[in-house]
Amino acid sequence: MSKTYYDPTDLRKFGNITEWSEELGAKFFDYYEKVFEEGALTAREKSLIALAVAHTEQCPYCIDAYTKDGLQRGITKEEMMEAVHVGAAIKSGATLVHSVQMMNKVNKLEM
Amino acid sequence: MLKKSLLARNNDLANTQRQLEILSNGIFANGELPTFAKKIKATHQFPLRPKKLEILQLNLGYMCNQVCAHCHVDAGPDRKEIMTKETMQQCLDVIKKTAAHTLDLTGGAPEMNPNFRWFVEEASKAGINDFIVRSNLTIIRANKKYYDLPEFFKKYNIHVVSSMPHWTRGKTDKQRGEGVFKTSIKALQELNAVGYGIPNSALKLDLVYNPSGAFLPGDQLALEKDFKNALNEDFNINFHHLFAITNLPISRFLDYLIASENYEDYMISLIEAYNPTAVENVMCTNTISVSWDGWLYDCDFNQMLHLKVASTIQHISDYNEDLLQDRNIIINQHCYGCTAGAGSSCQGVVAN
Repeated sequence: MSKTYYDPTDLRKFGNITEWSEELGAKFFDYYEKVFEEGALTAREKSLIALAVAHTEQCPYCIDAYTKDGLQRGITKEEMMEAVHVGAAIKSGATLVHSVQMMNKVNKLEM
Repeated sequence: MLKKSLLARNNDLANTQRQLEILSNGIFANGELPTFAKKIKATHQFPLRPKKLEILQLNLGYMCNQVCAHCHVDAGPDRKEIMTKETMQQCLDVIKKTAAHTLDLTGGAPEMNPNFRWFVEEASKAGINDFIVRSNLTIIRANKKYYDLPEFFKKYNIHVVSSMPHWTRGKTDKQRGEGVFKTSIKALQELNAVGYGIPNSALKLDLVYNPSGAFLPGDQLALEKDFKNALNEDFNINFHHLFAITNLPISRFLDYLIASENYEDYMISLIEAYNPTAVENVMCTNTISVSWDGWLYDCDFNQMLHLKVASTIQHISDYNEDLLQDRNIIINQHCYGCTAGAGSSCQGVVAN
């Protein structure tokens, strides 16, 4: 057993999840593959969305995977960083918009 | 930024035996990863054999005005290996009788060979249909004596294939040297000005894309679209096709992979992306590579590893196409670079 929670080489074993639940694993990977195909959005745009979400989810495997995927697609580091800021802005916005609830509560409770 | 070749720096990897040891030891010797031979045996593609010969690729010398970080030739200004006129004459004798329809001139910077123009004129008379020069672009602007190269290429209807790792300055200069992007753009504009790369023009101008790091190239068509949009929008540049080429783990790129501790992961990426369909069309099956000193190889990469063809015919002076075609192709772990994903060759992807 590894002594750390995350091991970069585990990413290569992702496909093994089908071994313990073949039907659900296969359905997931079929779905996953379909999602990233060219569609109304380009595969390039989807890669940048995935990179931003990888950061907001703070998934180290996904960050490794979609940074490499971006480089392979010719995506620049400036584009990658902007995408991460979009994710960060939504995360912080999501936190801050809750402060309206806090303000509402304060206004209701205070004389 | 690199200034000298591995050879001039007395780097361990200038020794091709050392490179072959690295490619055969470690993760491949301990069985963690399958050797290329084992992998193609599993898909019944061993031994790899030539098909119809289509391309003669001549390396006119390792001298170059650039020192690119990924160069598999280890080319640079300090490399003095140049094809002599005598060897060129031997190549011309072969060109006149070969079944190959394409002549592919590479280097280094092939234009730096002092007999380059004479050779092109003579080879053109021999009636080759497709005549490729692999130009690094900056050579066109390197010295006044090269300024007329676009006109020269045009005169002989040469198909120009040029390297361009990205449509942005930063990524290009990091791989190919400070100022290379700006000069390449100027050279491309000059090629466009004489008619190269314009839609429907017979003067063919294609670009070669190599990833600028330890990752594989993405989809060739998608990259071509992005290159076209960006180069046209930013610099009004046109070109025909983009060839996406995988960096093979030899020479300077191998040195980089080891120094940056990316070697094992890169080899794993290549093997994970192994595509048996690409094996069917790898360029060593339709190409003969000739070195500056006339030796014969299955491909340019084997040439750089000093792996001569496994044939009784090994030199251009003894050339016999029938005997040469009856051979097994020499393979090693670097071959995984040509069979990953959609495959890779000097003409781009080989499987769709």
